[in-house]
Amino acid sequence: MEKVGNHNSISRKLFLSLGLTLIFSLTSFAQDAAAPAAPEAAPVATQGGDPVKGKELFNANCAACHKLDGKSTGPELRGVSEKHDKAWLYKWIHNSSDLIKSGDPVAVKLFADHNKAVMTSFPQLSTGDIDNIIAYTSEPKATAPAPTATAAVPGTGGESGAISNNIILGALALVMGMLVVMLYLVNNVLRKVAKANGIDVTPKEPRVSLWKAFARNQFLVLVASIFLLLASGYFVYAYLMQVGVDQNYEPIQPIHYSHKIHAGDNEINCKYCHSASRVSKTAGIPSLNVCMNCHKNISEVAETTATPEYSKAFYDEQIQKLYNAVGWDKTTQTYTGKTQPVKWVRIHNLPDFVYFNHSQHVTVAGIECQTCHGPVQEYEIMKQYSKLTMGWCIDCHRKTDVKMEGNEYYTKIHEELSKKYGVEKLTAAQMGGLECGKCHY
Amino acid sequence: MKGIYKITLLVGITILVSSCHNISAPNYQYFPNMYESLAYEPYAEASVFKGGKEAQLPANGTINRGFEPYEYENSTAGYELAKANLKSPLDSLDRNSEKGKELFEIYCMSCHGATGNGKGKLVEREKFLGVPSYKDREITEGSIFHVETYGLNAMGSHANQLSTHERWLVADYVLKLKSQL
Repeated sequence: MEKVGNHNSISRKLFLSLGLTLIFSLTSFAQDAAAPAAPEAAPVATQGGDPVKGKELFNANCAACHKLDGKSTGPELRGVSEKHDKAWLYKWIHNSSDLIKSGDPVAVKLFADHNKAVMTSFPQLSTGDIDNIIAYTSEPKATAPAPTATAAVPGTGGESGAISNNIILGALALVMGMLVVMLYLVNNVLRKVAKANGIDVTPKEPRVSLWKAFARNQFLVLVASIFLLLASGYFVYAYLMQVGVDQNYEPIQPIHYSHKIHAGDNEINCKYCHSASRVSKTAGIPSLNVCMNCHKNISEVAETTATPEYSKAFYDEQIQKLYNAVGWDKTTQTYTGKTQPVKWVRIHNLPDFVYFNHSQHVTVAGIECQTCHGPVQEYEIMKQYSKLTMGWCIDCHRKTDVKMEGNEYYTKIHEELSKKYGVEKLTAAQMGGLECGKCHY
Repeated sequence: MKGIYKITLLVGITILVSSCHNISAPNYQYFPNMYESLAYEPYAEASVFKGGKEAQLPANGTINRGFEPYEYENSTAGYELAKANLKSPLDSLDRNSEKGKELFEIYCMSCHGATGNGKGKLVEREKFLGVPSYKDREITEGSIFHVETYGLNAMGSHANQLSTHERWLVADYVLKLKSQL
């Protein structure tokens, strides 16, 4: 057996486990203190407009390009009524191009400052509507809400369990250690007392040891050795059978990408990012421009996305890693051109002597991704769900009926094979899914 | 007595080794020379290439087999031109296809909603805002195709996820949704 690069060695594992046991009770918990966001100075008070209606209008019409805080395609809009007067804003919103053409110096400068991106005209918005939107944009920024504060407090949620468990275990270990020491001391004292009293504590006659008695009984030895052989055979077999099987392999990726947030909570289709699985042999690692389709707009996660385990700051850092990799400058909303590749760690890796085609299974057979990859939409960290062994493939080929509907390719062969096997539905195995050459060539 | 010590030691080691199986490292392989490809694998590290990675951009000016150049440029003027002039090459068999619906539900539904009303899951959860309803926008098949290809404002390009033909199928389905709104 040969060891391949990057694989773990037994000795290293041993040392690691030993070290872990030693430092077990010393585990300390670091916590990052999240500084509460400083409340921003309240912009001007609302001037006759309904901020609630304004929010609706803002989300429907403006939010595609503008955010309240921070630049997007267009400039940030919080406190916009301070920068420009209302009459000018009406004109700009109703038709910005006309305003620029008319040579209005403010409009021309604004246009030039924002990459000459043309703002859509909104003639359908009445001055009342615009007043509502301005009222919404004039609202002061909400101060850091309570959830953030509690999230930063140590010992809430899942972490508290871990801490108390460690404390309990440490205390138990301490008690055990004290017991051992006490027993030893008591034993010593008793011996001394016995000696002082003149009692001989050394054993009188050497008894036949248990081990020798066992060795003399040949029947017991025979039974024991058969049992030992069988047991060791069982363990050796189990060990050998898992060689080369990477089930539950869960490497640490360079960017902490949560399938749970994307595919689970936000219900984004697997094939949105892994689009190659529809049409090609490999499912493909999504290129980063696919990430940027959404993350150009989403530069930070919502407060509600953060969990006790992973804070908002942690997730925001991951998005920043993506920006660094693609060279996206968040403040100017442009690509800098300085990119760096992301070294994703491959999880599912079939041996070179097996042929597997994703499109054949995903598009032709219509198999759900979850059948082989497990409930990925629940995985915070991606891992290998299936064994990906040959037995596992064959098992599925034996059980799964081939999807014939709407596939003319199969019509004729289906009829003939159905006649041959005398069955109504054909499994993948009956279609030749067990032939060696189908996957090994 | 020594035997018992040895057995305990062995059992202890086995338990230690098995309990601390490191899930973030791959397992042992048997005869790895048949497992690992001799040829460079996609995305693999390879010192002979620029930047140490196998994946390289094709030479400048390379085009795909069956590639058709798209003449409208990525600008407001290009958008207006595509909107006015660009016509779908789909024949009657490809119109109203199931495939267009399937692709729409993979690539568009998250934001634009299943009916095209601009209320997809991401909009509902306030991750993406300002997605218009198809009803409120003047769109033609040419303009839809143009936006799918280049993206517009907050929407990114979907040209690397959808082939030219697939983009036309989706454009066709979007118009069907618009007519139903």
